[in-house]
Amino acid sequence: MPDVKPRRLSDAEIAENFSDMHPPLSRAEALIEADRCYFCYDAPCTEACPTDIDIPGFIQKIRSDNINGAAHTILRENIMGGMCARVCPTEILCEEACVRMTHEEKPVRIGLLQRHATDPVFEEDVQLFTRGRETGKNVAVVGSGPAGLSCAHRLSMLGHNVVILNRDDKPGGLNEYGIAAYKTVNDFAQREAEWILSIGGIELRSGVALGDDFSLEQLREEYDAVFLAFGLGGTNRLNVANEDIDGVLNAVDYISQLRQADDKGDLPVGRNVVVIGGGMTAIDIAVQTKRLGSERVDIVYRRGPEQMGASQYEQEFAQTSGVHIQHWSQPKRLLVEDRVSGVEFERTTIDADGTLRSTGETWSLNADIVFKAVGQTANTHILGKLAKELRQQNGKLVVDDNRMTTLPDIWAGGDCIYGHDDLTVTAVQDGKIAAKAIDRYLAAGD
Amino acid sequence: MADLASEFLGIKSPNPFWLASAPPTDKAYNVNRAFEAGWGGAVWKTLGEDPPIVNVSGPRYGALHSNERRVIGFNNIELITDRPLQVNLDEMRQVKRDWPDRALVASVMLPMNEPTWAKYVPMIEDTGADAFELNFGCPHGMSERGMGAAVGQVPEYIQMAAEWCKKHATIPVIVKLTPNVTNILPPARAAWEGGADGVSLINTINSIMRVDYDSLTMYPATDGMGSHGGYCGSAVKPIALHMVAEIARHAETSRIPISGIGGIGDWRDAVDFIALGASNVQVCTAAMIYGFKIIDDLTDGLSNFLDDKGISSVDGLVGKAVQSVTDWQYLNLNHVEKAVIDQELCIKCGRCHIVCEDTSHQAITHTVNGERRFEVIDEECVGCNLCVSVCPVDGCITMQPLTSGVDPRTGQAIDSNKADWTTHPNNPMRKETS
Repeated sequence: MPDVKPRRLSDAEIAENFSDMHPPLSRAEALIEADRCYFCYDAPCTEACPTDIDIPGFIQKIRSDNINGAAHTILRENIMGGMCARVCPTEILCEEACVRMTHEEKPVRIGLLQRHATDPVFEEDVQLFTRGRETGKNVAVVGSGPAGLSCAHRLSMLGHNVVILNRDDKPGGLNEYGIAAYKTVNDFAQREAEWILSIGGIELRSGVALGDDFSLEQLREEYDAVFLAFGLGGTNRLNVANEDIDGVLNAVDYISQLRQADDKGDLPVGRNVVVIGGGMTAIDIAVQTKRLGSERVDIVYRRGPEQMGASQYEQEFAQTSGVHIQHWSQPKRLLVEDRVSGVEFERTTIDADGTLRSTGETWSLNADIVFKAVGQTANTHILGKLAKELRQQNGKLVVDDNRMTTLPDIWAGGDCIYGHDDLTVTAVQDGKIAAKAIDRYLAAGD
Repeated sequence: MADLASEFLGIKSPNPFWLASAPPTDKAYNVNRAFEAGWGGAVWKTLGEDPPIVNVSGPRYGALHSNERRVIGFNNIELITDRPLQVNLDEMRQVKRDWPDRALVASVMLPMNEPTWAKYVPMIEDTGADAFELNFGCPHGMSERGMGAAVGQVPEYIQMAAEWCKKHATIPVIVKLTPNVTNILPPARAAWEGGADGVSLINTINSIMRVDYDSLTMYPATDGMGSHGGYCGSAVKPIALHMVAEIARHAETSRIPISGIGGIGDWRDAVDFIALGASNVQVCTAAMIYGFKIIDDLTDGLSNFLDDKGISSVDGLVGKAVQSVTDWQYLNLNHVEKAVIDQELCIKCGRCHIVCEDTSHQAITHTVNGERRFEVIDEECVGCNLCVSVCPVDGCITMQPLTSGVDPRTGQAIDSNKADWTTHPNNPMRKETS
């Protein structure tokens, strides 16, 4: 019998399990940590930051108690410096590059210092940026995730009028619907989005979807420029029989429900859960399910730990959270008793030529719930008739260094462009770079 | 084990570490605790005439902190003892009786007339104190009343008061010097000529710590107003070492026994003072920051150091470095050093590069063959030691002498003969070489 039910844990246990993953530093902790920064020249941490934040510069300002100055140094390069302080995989970015790694293998905790510097901005609603002199130009931004909000904010700073067309009910994109709950507590994604929009000059229209409610042709007619940041569409399939039976769920959908739930305890949770995939979504669904009270959670990935999309740090985080990670196995078939009851896997190996193949050996796991976390698909079909004029690769938009597509008045960024690494911080950089390019384009048109 | 037993002006103590005259030696309670902890001696908080002075009932201390709130520098506006003289004398007598092997020195500050000295000096000596220390150094409060640093800044007054004290005392007299002078030699000489048996230095330095960033008033303040205080702690050590070395290396003062004071926090600081000419040392600020327990590291560290050096007693270290202190004009201008960066130890922070690039001689690379790499460019390096000073990794950058060949910066062959400014062709006042 399947064992799927809500409230496997008490309210107090769930509250504890979904509290801040990395609690903020106290002022004393921040000052001691800031003192560890060597104020490097041409700092490797800044080099490693996709948004080029002057990290030694903002840490120096923390040291001198110039917190608003520190926040400005961060946010002028990365308007989502607050969220990135919470979700950036710093262990493979700035903190990996920190020279203290060479010195003592303990980097300056840059992520937590960035949070220390930026938290007061949102808590006290400090407006650090002002809208530039009005240019009278109008730009449409499709999508309100990190790329869209970053682009809109920068365009407003440059004096342009922006309309954000947002498919969802709330702004924020994956910040609001996709990130694990314990990484962004206290409704931070909404507070950050509201703060970004409060600069003015940005109209947010929610519940309208490209392809359904308006077309790209319409946008080109009505606006002087368009920035596309609509993210990804559906999820990849496992391509096994009975994939649509009860108990087989898309991880991203469940994570979204979890983020939007008024009471996380209401969500039904399986006793034995199998997660198929190897990226951040797999880690996030596995850990969150465990924290909702699943007894046994297994992530099964078809290749080895080095090939997983999730960093080693994230893999260890899952394991210390009680999640089992099984490598070199892929689903062969779903075991079914009215609904899913388990998964049979076949072991895999890599041939001399590098292709993955089954060894023929099989094994299985019981499962009350199976989560699919094997990647998301592009959804460029929403581009309509213009799709053929916009060059694409693997179903994603191809852009140049300025994030311009193959149409001169259309830019794109975030998960919908080819070559994107699926990080929030990179999406923010896309939006920033595109906004600057759009500004130059609009100025040249005058 | 090296022998730490110390004898200064004939005063014996089990180690060369005395507590300086200051709040830690204000009363028997504190001094007993210090002696229990192992301190070799104590200079009692400065005695004065009755009625006793009064102190402010507000902030007396201010600190210069590192970011981790380590105290780097410290200042105070506390005056001399604010207790009746007889209370102090009674306690001193008892402490000396209870701790006969420890040095107990009476610090005194008296008005500038002989009858006062004639009255108080025998009374204080009667406690059994081992010596007097004349406080001619306090730079705040008492100096406004013509005592402390007001005396110490006028060599004639120093000599006069030293003579009065010597005349009425049978125990040794130490004169404590103020650093608030342009040249420490005349005050030291005056003390010696007045008959003093030795000098101690430095007292504290005139200072204001900072302003309060909210009220934009001086900080610390008493009811909105502040007064300059005496600066001490680690930050003043280099100033004190210079003054100690000046007295030790000049012929007219080199015979004067010195008790070194100023920023001693660990045994290495004590080695600095002793090697530059002090026979013993006095400590205050470090004890006020960490308590008396620091004596463990001071004695243990000094003893281990002496063992490592093969020196059997503290006396063997006294003045060892004095001969290496000279005037600039006698430095060997033919000696050439270059910085060398150990690439194995380098953590690639780039601090050496940027300080050299921005503020010195553009002698350190930033990129080599497209890689982040910091190497010294010998053609530009003047051997200034800036990179060594800023490098966060101990031992990563060292200065290495060029002993042969050509200095790539000047194109001049290395000359093993010494040559200094006194004979340099660019010196219009040069002496002819033979």
